[in-house]
Amino acid sequence: MTSAKARIILICSGKGGVGKTTLTANLGIALARLGARVAVLDADFGLRNLDLLLGLENRIVFTAQEVLSETCRLDQALVKHKQEPNLALLPAGNPRMLEWLTPEDMQKIAQLLAERFDYVLIDCPAGIEDGFKNAAAAAEEAIVITTPEVSAVRDADRVVGLLNVQGVKPIQLVLNRVRPKMMANQEMLAVDDVTSILALPLLGLVIEDEQVIVSTNRGEPLTLNGTSSPAGRAYQNVARRLQGEDLPIVDPSKQRKGLRTQIKALLTKKLF
Amino acid sequence: MTLRDFIDKLLGRQAASATTAKQRLQLVLAHDRSDLNPELLEQMRREILEVVQRYVEIDLEGGDVSLETDDRVTALVANLPIRRTRPVPVVMPTHDAHISDPLPEEDPEEEKGAATEAGIPG
Repeated sequence: MTSAKARIILICSGKGGVGKTTLTANLGIALARLGARVAVLDADFGLRNLDLLLGLENRIVFTAQEVLSETCRLDQALVKHKQEPNLALLPAGNPRMLEWLTPEDMQKIAQLLAERFDYVLIDCPAGIEDGFKNAAAAAEEAIVITTPEVSAVRDADRVVGLLNVQGVKPIQLVLNRVRPKMMANQEMLAVDDVTSILALPLLGLVIEDEQVIVSTNRGEPLTLNGTSSPAGRAYQNVARRLQGEDLPIVDPSKQRKGLRTQIKALLTKKLF
Repeated sequence: MTLRDFIDKLLGRQAASATTAKQRLQLVLAHDRSDLNPELLEQMRREILEVVQRYVEIDLEGGDVSLETDDRVTALVANLPIRRTRPVPVVMPTHDAHISDPLPEEDPEEEKGAATEAGIPG
């Protein structure tokens, strides 16, 4: 399989704990299952966790830093996934690292990976400081993930501003941890509110799902075991949309039928 | 505004929390994006009112100068109800020879800034 050019995609959020790493792991597996060659790069070397979510924590020997200093070859540092050999993990560094990576280092590593893979997914650290800037320097496009909460949306907005300055494009949005019932009752920011405030196209919508926690406990992303859970299906749909499939996104807060829902819809319809 | 917001308002009830969240976010993002701190904004507001008052008498109670943001464009919106125009504008004293000189030079840059960040809708 020889593809024209790898897509280098930054996965970022600004705020911590909104689901960057979970999205990276699940999207990576889902894309690999669709037949793409995928590298996931953990740019968060201070608090790296992508290895844990992929169940690869015991298999890391080298990092991108050893590749850059030519202590090892790239294929020695890449950790192939056990069940999904199309996916490989590369940690940028380790927490005990003496020298910090620079934006140029990250660009070099991403380019090295781009030669061998169809997708390079960069799991960005939280915050908007050096760690973010390093990771963003290597990115060509971005997925911003947020939850329908004021703090997460505000931080996502800061990140979008910085990505715009860097010329990263396209920037697409994944809305995570949606609670349809709360949304229908107007006790949670609506899907349209978040997309219009951030002015980003929606790439995916993930409903709050306990199975996410179960899957991280096991180190087995949901997309690894088919699409039996709502969140797993949502992650797989994100992968398919990235591949160019035109899948409609259903707003779960407007999905249910019946008199009560119709009354609710009437109540939440915009008057002006 | 939704029908529910309207009913809530009518009955004097607290607005749905999603509505409050949206309003608070829009306000805070307008400030985040413009990078103007509250003191600077207040100073600008005072100066704008000063200038406008030279030409027209405005209703200070009903007036409002604020930042609004839509589709990633932040706009400075001034809503100043006019009581009546002044028969003779209270124009600045005669040292306009000093002032009119640097103005043409500054103009193009200000126009650029207005187009990208602080477009003022009509």
